[in-house]
Amino acid sequence: MRGGRPDTLMAVTHGKLTRSTRLSLGAIPFVLLIAAYAVGSHLRRLENPADKLLPPFGKMADAFWEMATVPDKRSGDLLLWSDTALSLGRLGVGIAVAALIAVSLGVLIGFVPRVRASLAPFVAAISLIPPITILPILFIIFGLGELSKVMLIVLGTAPIMTRSLAQAVIDIPREQIIKAETLGAGPWQLVQRVVLPQIWPKLVTAMRLGLVPAWIFLISAEAIASTGGLGYRIFLVRRYLAMDIIIPYVLWITLLAYTLDRLLHAFSRRAFRWAHLEGDSL
Amino acid sequence: MTLKTLSKSALVALGLSAACLAPISAQAEKKTDFKVCWSIYVGWMPWGYIQESGIMDLHAKKYGITVEIVQINDYVESINQYTAGEYDGCSMTNMDALSIPSAGGIDTTALIIGDFSNGNDGIVLKGKDALADIKGQSVNLVELSVSHYLLARALDTVDLKEADLTVVNTSDADMVAAYTTPDVTSVVTWNPLLSEIEAFPDSHKVFDSSEIPGEIIDIMMVNTETLADNPEFGKALVAAWYDAMTLMAKETGDEAPARSAMAEASGTDLAGYNAQLATTQMFYDPADAVAFAKDEKLIDTMKFVAQFLFDHGILGDGADSPDAVGMAFPGGKTLGDTDNIKLRFDPTYMQMAVDGAL
Repeated sequence: MRGGRPDTLMAVTHGKLTRSTRLSLGAIPFVLLIAAYAVGSHLRRLENPADKLLPPFGKMADAFWEMATVPDKRSGDLLLWSDTALSLGRLGVGIAVAALIAVSLGVLIGFVPRVRASLAPFVAAISLIPPITILPILFIIFGLGELSKVMLIVLGTAPIMTRSLAQAVIDIPREQIIKAETLGAGPWQLVQRVVLPQIWPKLVTAMRLGLVPAWIFLISAEAIASTGGLGYRIFLVRRYLAMDIIIPYVLWITLLAYTLDRLLHAFSRRAFRWAHLEGDSL
Repeated sequence: MTLKTLSKSALVALGLSAACLAPISAQAEKKTDFKVCWSIYVGWMPWGYIQESGIMDLHAKKYGITVEIVQINDYVESINQYTAGEYDGCSMTNMDALSIPSAGGIDTTALIIGDFSNGNDGIVLKGKDALADIKGQSVNLVELSVSHYLLARALDTVDLKEADLTVVNTSDADMVAAYTTPDVTSVVTWNPLLSEIEAFPDSHKVFDSSEIPGEIIDIMMVNTETLADNPEFGKALVAAWYDAMTLMAKETGDEAPARSAMAEASGTDLAGYNAQLATTQMFYDPADAVAFAKDEKLIDTMKFVAQFLFDHGILGDGADSPDAVGMAFPGGKTLGDTDNIKLRFDPTYMQMAVDGAL
């Protein structure tokens, strides 16, 4: 560290930040992005006051407010809320089914060597197939209604969630199993008393990670054939470049996704305190 | 990195990203390099041929300019790119021109009226053979597209309303796959998807665009300001287009190099392409296109279209009537708000082709 100043250098990697510094540092990229948008939007509107590509903030707020509070001319629904309810419903069912599959298969694969030998390569292979590419087959099997949308989410998330839960089961120290066995536990008791309690927090983590592809598949499914939902709305109004609706919808989806993630995280910290004893977590 | 250099680089980044978002062309100015875009459709395949065969370069050179003709894989995206100012012209239908660039404030001129759909768009029912049977069904179509417009016009003829059925927005890429599932019983779509779906057993075409001839029009739209400042751009495009039209019109039978090239580019063979042309009323002769533009019926058509767009809430923000976006027609006739004319049917350049003045 020739010529360097160890004290300041150390501060870069070890400094404890005050809450306000942390918040303002975190805000910088957001502020820059918003400023870049404002400048770009202004320049475009100097050229064409009716520019649709980068609408001003006021117009987006109006459009969003209208979607949230003014009943639709055709259906009489408040579109934002009906879209949100439809999408969250599909997402919820999809993730719940994926979690169920992940727990049952994950425990079997992680705990029973014979099942692991027969299923692990299969699950690994399936997890690599992009579900969108086999869409016509999914249509034939599951129809074009709600089922195929939910199945797209399940297929897109269950394999990776299964793999991470199976790994979590494998990671349980062998000694614990042996100890329980010496105390007379049978296989079912082992699963119930040793394995499951330890993988619940891992399931929450797997769900949080699974939500990322789940949103992508939800939006794609709604873009393909639908009568409502957040993805449906975005792809519908894209036909006439209504960015004043699309941008607030994207922000709304981001907010929903972030909130879901934080809720799961908070739930995990509360319910499985023992799993969050050490280290920072995201 | 000190805070100062950090904020400096942040400012540079900000400037750069703002510059990326800033308008690119569509400026009122004299220029020599132009870009137009098109997407795959039977009536627009000539644009690809014009670029590939060198016809475009030939005419552009004559007028001392360059014109690049770019194919874009997604139709709506191509119109959006044009509207955002990325291209000086783009092929689109009369309806999409009114709802996207014109309602978005981009003054747009119909430079070349290429054709109208004469059976290329249609409604197919599974297991039923009368249009009125569509009542109560779920209908799969690309919402807010010309298919949706065709459905609205068809429903008028049997005294039904859109509220009598459920419209399911379905991506055109997945339309054929969707039709193979049992729960899809009726679709509205365009060729080549239409003929593919019609060929399934027990499928009946109950309405098609030949029953509303001349209402779904395929046009090369250009930016009005760019055209006004650069007449050579319009002349070069029109000259190249009618060169290709002359070639196409002459070709009959199996000896058809231009048509074959277009067929191949659209992923079919000569027979398949000719079948699609049969349901497309091409204006090979510029005189026919000029007559079509001058016909009063075009005004009625655009009235229907504006009403349809207004009913579906897509005639732009704050549009309080179907007249919000003004349109101009030959002979000084107008439709809608004359203070906000954003779509112009102007046969001037096609007339030059008729007069041999190019």
